[in-house]
Amino acid sequence: MSSTSLQTGPDGGLRHLLTVEGLPRVRVEELLDTAESFLGVTQREVKKVPLLRGKTVVNLFFESSTRTRTTFELAAKRLSADVINLSISTSATVKGESLLDTLRNLEAMHADIFVVRHGTSGAAHFIAQHCLPHVAVLNAGDGRHAHPTQALLDVFTIRRHKPNFDQIKVAIVGDILNSRVARSQIHALNTLGTAEVRVVAPRTLLPVGIESLGVKVFTDLAKGLAGVDVIIMLRLQKERMQGALLPSEHEYYRQFGLTEARLQGAHPEAIVMHPGPINRGVEIDSSVADGARSVILEQVTNGIAIRMAAMSLIMGTRAQDGRGGG
Amino acid sequence: MMKLDDIPGVLDDMATALSRHLERRGVSDFALVGIHTGGMWIARALQNCLGHSEPVGGLDISFYRDDFTRIGLHPRVQPSSLPFEVENRHVVLVDDVLYTGRTIRAALNEIFDYGRPASVTLVVLVDRGGRELPIAADVVGIEVTLAADNHIKLSGPDPLSLNILQDP
Repeated sequence: MSSTSLQTGPDGGLRHLLTVEGLPRVRVEELLDTAESFLGVTQREVKKVPLLRGKTVVNLFFESSTRTRTTFELAAKRLSADVINLSISTSATVKGESLLDTLRNLEAMHADIFVVRHGTSGAAHFIAQHCLPHVAVLNAGDGRHAHPTQALLDVFTIRRHKPNFDQIKVAIVGDILNSRVARSQIHALNTLGTAEVRVVAPRTLLPVGIESLGVKVFTDLAKGLAGVDVIIMLRLQKERMQGALLPSEHEYYRQFGLTEARLQGAHPEAIVMHPGPINRGVEIDSSVADGARSVILEQVTNGIAIRMAAMSLIMGTRAQDGRGGG
Repeated sequence: MMKLDDIPGVLDDMATALSRHLERRGVSDFALVGIHTGGMWIARALQNCLGHSEPVGGLDISFYRDDFTRIGLHPRVQPSSLPFEVENRHVVLVDDVLYTGRTIRAALNEIFDYGRPASVTLVVLVDRGGRELPIAADVVGIEVTLAADNHIKLSGPDPLSLNILQDP
């Protein structure tokens, strides 16, 4: 079963969140609208609502992460769920326990949601296929495949600044080849009818056939940024960079680093985004990252609202599923 | 099907009753809060009748409903917004129809997450009976007793009209 069909129920409601690919526009907009309401909750005195009271969320992180794990944890807690954080690389698998055994044990602890980050593409899909039917899986990043909540929080952030997707040009700049974030962003932007999506990178960091996703390809930063409304900088993934794809970090910065001068070529009201963590002086200059056009920290705040929306919509669909079955 | 058109007349009476009620309680400074969507319309209409200048707050109680585990999240949840400090304020909570009392229970919980109000007064356009919780309104526009298969629908905001529909 494809991720697209696995993640939606018979009536089209969200049952897992594995990928943005194939998610209908109405579902994406429902997530964004719900997140907008949760944003209000996070600005109140008591930043908590009782929707997921009594539910247990397990953060299953097979790959390290600070921002994603923390915002998933905060999102679950603000929905009144109980949260367990597991960094698997440091526990059971070291002792030789298989992934399925780990899952069975967590299910026996009555977990309701697994939030999964894994270095292998398709890991969240695999878990969604093999977990008990009442358990929901949220993909928090799998290999080079997808990072749906990141892409959703990015389009959410864009929509709050530029509400008309059919009138904007978005440039995604950097290591497109290794980036699950870029892939999910492209799907989300296309689903929302973005007028133009560009990818900007050196040839060596562009996957073959990327044009088929409906993007314009640029290998020159100045040309790629000309007139764009949104610039999304990607992290240069040093830990994935094996072999001679790039001459040096310094050379990369010289050609593809976002500086104030380069920013001048974009639309005067363009916003600058970055999923984090940022490498200052590698893909982005500090003055841009901390500058007036930057919405990088807004993305972090919005990430909590998006994750609250995803968890509550999924648990809501499952509540409706249960109604028929008793 | 029954239709009630003289909502403005009912609202005038409600505004008078509300003023009297607040006076008896010694409340001169209060904040109006409507429950989305019908309650917001009634709250705004009362604001006009009373000449109340402060902005009306709005609550969408979807995140507080007690039937989430049965029916899931309501489509199109709107952001709640209370554009004033709730702490120590006298809150006048407004809804269109009072039925089981569960919506009001949820709204009270949400209000308390913004702060501790000095008091909460409940105003409803229609009390249709059928309470499942110990909740009563302080000001009621119209009292009707309806069977469970009857629905009340308020359309508005301009003009406001009330329709009572029966399941076919």
